[in-house]
Amino acid sequence: MSVVRIPPVLRAEAGGAREVEASGANVRELLEDLTVRHPALGSRVYGEGELPSFVNVYVDGEDVRTRDGLDTEVRDSSTIILLPAMAGGC
Amino acid sequence: MATYRDLLARTKDEISEVDAARAQSLDGALWVDVRELDEWQEGHLPGAVHVPRGFLESRIEQVAPDRNQEIVVYCAGGNRSAFAAKSLQELGYEHAHSLAGGFTDWKRNGLEIVMPRTLSPERRTRYSRHLLIPEIGEEGQLKLLDAKILLIGAGGLGSPASLYLAAAGIGTLGIVDADIVDETNLQRQIAHSLDTLGAPKVDSAKRAINALNPDVNVVTYRERLTSENIDRILDDGWDLIVDGADNFPTRYLVNDASVWHDIPVVHGSIYRFEGQITVFKPKEGPCYRCLFPEPPPPELAPSCAEGGVLGVLPGIVGTLQTNEAIKLAAGIGESLVGRLLLLDALATEFNEVRIERNPDCPVCGDHPTITEYIDYVEFCAAR
Repeated sequence: MSVVRIPPVLRAEAGGAREVEASGANVRELLEDLTVRHPALGSRVYGEGELPSFVNVYVDGEDVRTRDGLDTEVRDSSTIILLPAMAGGC
Repeated sequence: MATYRDLLARTKDEISEVDAARAQSLDGALWVDVRELDEWQEGHLPGAVHVPRGFLESRIEQVAPDRNQEIVVYCAGGNRSAFAAKSLQELGYEHAHSLAGGFTDWKRNGLEIVMPRTLSPERRTRYSRHLLIPEIGEEGQLKLLDAKILLIGAGGLGSPASLYLAAAGIGTLGIVDADIVDETNLQRQIAHSLDTLGAPKVDSAKRAINALNPDVNVVTYRERLTSENIDRILDDGWDLIVDGADNFPTRYLVNDASVWHDIPVVHGSIYRFEGQITVFKPKEGPCYRCLFPEPPPPELAPSCAEGGVLGVLPGIVGTLQTNEAIKLAAGIGESLVGRLLLLDALATEFNEVRIERNPDCPVCGDHPTITEYIDYVEFCAAR
């Protein structure tokens, strides 16, 4: 089971959790599993069945866009970070 | 008992004393001026480093870690440097030479000297804790005093950044902000105070900066940054930008302009307990659009005014930005170029992810498709 960190703006969709668990051998499987476990979250970050354009996905600190995208390998020990931009400087 | 003259004569016998021509023929030699500060300030040899005789033994390893290096030490007339060369020999420096005739003969023979830029006694005192750090020292402090840094926003991030940059002696600080100070700002925006409620934030910040350090030249732009005014503002010649904007259109505008003007941006953003910090340096790393090609839809991008922010968070993130800005201005250390630092203040946890330049980036990529300012409000609303 991998750990998925949820950004503050998406925590409502994850029942308020700061991180959740999901499993999969690659990013696609992981996001599919995440969608089953947390449908509201899934529809935000994997609604179109592809990588979301405004949320970056990092597997163990590496941007999956610079790796193999949805095919990027995920391990049980991996930490996945979902990261949207934040505008605030307020 | 030996007199001074005996000791000097004996020391000169034991060391290598070279004339100017021989000294100049030594490849890659390190030139060390062992005179006192006031003598150094009246001129020195080109490329020399200043290590007063009294500190020679304790500081030489910092400037000459390699014991095999050729070293030419000089003083005013060649006597103090003879003793200095002897000390270097005893420390294991095998190629230490004393310059015969010292600075006086050098100058008399019409050879090149340079007048050092130095700090006034007042500045030497004010910045003494910087001067003591080898990575900064006088040279680094002079770079900070020469630096021109533009702050986008005088709010949560801009407040601590402006105060610490001012304290550090950044010579010129520009501040862009159209807002006025209100009571809800005072929970975190430490450049402002009850005294400046209702005042333009740029004026309030300028007051705080100059109360801390009147050395700093503050240039205020009481306007909202737009496609129409950004070129004019950037044409004032800023070395780097500290981005503390509070909305996406400004973030993308600052990004595009910084790429086109070739100005590094120290980026910080915050929300509730979370912060993101990085450095976007044109040509050396990714830009903001490489990291975030698109802003989130509005419902996923609440402002602090809508969602709140822990008061100290901009203090932490703003000072981390300042750390990056000072290092860039002094030309030292490892910057956050290519790394995005993530802070979770609730867990007190830092994470770091790698970020790369996107060759397909519409602004900084190999074949840019955006080459002039766009409608940034529309771009950010269209999501």
